[in-house]
Amino acid sequence: MFSEELEKISWDETTERINAKTDADVRRALAKEHCDVDDFMALVSPAAAPYLETMARLSRKYTEERFGRTISMFIPLYLTNSCTNSCVYCGFHVSNPMRRTILTEEETVNEYKAIKKLAPFENLLIVTGENPAKAGVPYLARALDLAKPYFSNLKIEVMPLKAEEYAELKAHGMNGVICFQETYNRAHYNIYHPRGMKSKFEWRVDGFDRMGQAGVHSIGMGVLIGLEKEWRTDITMMAFHLRYLQKHYWRTKYSVNFPRMRPSENGGFQPNVVMSDRELAQVTFAMRIFDHDVDISYSTRESAAFRDHMATLGVTTMSAESKTEPGGYFTYPQALEQFHVSDERTAAEVEAALRRVGREPVWKDWDASFDLKSYA
Amino acid sequence: MEKLVIAGREFSSRLFLGTGKFNSNELMAKAIEASGTEMVTVAMKRVELEDKEDDLLAHVARPGIQLLPNTSGVRNAEEAVFAAQMAREAFGTNWLKLEIHPDPRYLLPDSTETLKATEELVKLGFVVLPYCQADPTLCKHLEEAGAATVMPLGAPIGTNKGLQTRDFLRIIIEQANVPVVVDAGIGAPSHAAEAMEMGASACLVNTAIAVAGDPVAMAAAFKQAVEAGRMAYEAGLGLQAASMVAEASSPLTAFLNE
Amino acid sequence: MKIWVNSKEVETAAVSLASLVEELSLPTQGIAVAVENRMVPRTQWEACALSEGMRVVVVKAACGG
Repeated sequence: MFSEELEKISWDETTERINAKTDADVRRALAKEHCDVDDFMALVSPAAAPYLETMARLSRKYTEERFGRTISMFIPLYLTNSCTNSCVYCGFHVSNPMRRTILTEEETVNEYKAIKKLAPFENLLIVTGENPAKAGVPYLARALDLAKPYFSNLKIEVMPLKAEEYAELKAHGMNGVICFQETYNRAHYNIYHPRGMKSKFEWRVDGFDRMGQAGVHSIGMGVLIGLEKEWRTDITMMAFHLRYLQKHYWRTKYSVNFPRMRPSENGGFQPNVVMSDRELAQVTFAMRIFDHDVDISYSTRESAAFRDHMATLGVTTMSAESKTEPGGYFTYPQALEQFHVSDERTAAEVEAALRRVGREPVWKDWDASFDLKSYA
Repeated sequence: MEKLVIAGREFSSRLFLGTGKFNSNELMAKAIEASGTEMVTVAMKRVELEDKEDDLLAHVARPGIQLLPNTSGVRNAEEAVFAAQMAREAFGTNWLKLEIHPDPRYLLPDSTETLKATEELVKLGFVVLPYCQADPTLCKHLEEAGAATVMPLGAPIGTNKGLQTRDFLRIIIEQANVPVVVDAGIGAPSHAAEAMEMGASACLVNTAIAVAGDPVAMAAAFKQAVEAGRMAYEAGLGLQAASMVAEASSPLTAFLNE
Repeated sequence: MKIWVNSKEVETAAVSLASLVEELSLPTQGIAVAVENRMVPRTQWEACALSEGMRVVVVKAACGG
């Protein structure tokens, strides 16, 4: 399990190592076709800042070699904002006095239909808060079953589950799981996640092993930028985690996310650090140079202009016209959202913009045709 | 240099030696000595009843050397398991270089039988080091079956052609959770050094040393090459491509200045 | 009694594998013996009775990579 590996990697030493990276370290990393985590540290370090253009060029080259000039399109659907956790930065925080919704089957199907009217989305991401009693595995299984007629690729972003639960949902057509560790800083984790199941660091970080053990096809990872001041360290830990998972669960495909918090988000919690566009670009290029095959996903948290540029420089997956509140596409179009969307364009507008920068939006890039265990 | 650990046993030397094709046992013993190796492969053959020949083990077995019996001559998993049991009995070690090559011409390892035999031999308590194709997927399967290392080939055995499978070896090394030993095809110390620079855990060399003009001197050369390659790997290679310089113009990232 | 040792016919008075090994002046270390394609550990040589036509294989170390 990765939690055991992580114990061997000191947060403070890693931070020191990153900050000690030199110009020569960066040049060496850039010259390698295959980088290790040590090279990645150089690429995300301040020493790499003068090499941003070189990194962009390499990132584009590797991305085009592996993915062509395409962007895989997906859309998230929040099924519920009911949550037993109290993550200090989240709008769905258990003590937030807000109206809680758990979509009924009928409402869920209405959302699916509404999404299909926006654009030919085939990649659906089902999102929930953590409420195992009312929106647990049977609820998710039902939502997956109902989604099958509308979407060919179903992913979930929910609380960490047991390996057998992942396997069960796989049998209901689930192809991928996204889960953000938020931060790998064990010492600070509970400051942000004081109560509820999410306060259990090891349970969350080892969830990825359980996904791998269950044979989940696609695993998405992420660090929430804005929690730890040393975001370079956090992202490096994710790079360690990615390499670990690739070595152990080599049949699985991986994706990474770098969600950034903005100062104004949700009023209450203010991020401890704000990452600039330039820094996010550097991290994105570094990840691509480090791993030519990993999917890099940008959500609508990012602005339209920034997304359009980055679509040609390393990003391979994007959402569009996302609503981050349950029922946002049809049932409850005005409810409280989990985070504020920056790119408010319609899917059609995003599609047109991607074409303008020479990228082909791909709505469907996966099918379970030959998966004998899925769609049983 | 970091120690190599296989199945809990530490090795200071990352050069493994084969004992085939030497002109005499005496020469072989000197080459072993000069190579500094701690792992030496031996094969098995039927005892000739009349012929009381020299005992090979007397030239090989010494403190600090792990004998690695091989299954050379077997054609499938079933024969490999039989050979393994004979080897364990004859040499008193459960370490085994699993090699299954039904093809007598190129001696190429049979992937399906090797995987099957690995699974069975691990259950029988053997420390299995399978000689295999430089196939990254096969190597993951072997690892999952419990192999103590994987030993992908660099080129067809005995050809001395070096790392013809370079691109695949790189992927194998990147993905492996067990030591990767490059076996077969290493024809010169530079080949061994290259494998070690890439991050291979060890090299197995036989023909290149045994058939050299001076096998003892060549064994010493390989010793240094393997050490140099490993040290270079641990030191971090300072590759430098000409184009990797900070660029004054920034057509791709100008938008970040806006 | 006639048995086969490494594919050669051998006339022997030995009744057990242990006495055969002794009769053929084989070393007791560094070899392995199989009877009818099954390896017989040296601890069981004494108990392993020979019978007419049995096929015995004896191997030892050889050079190889």
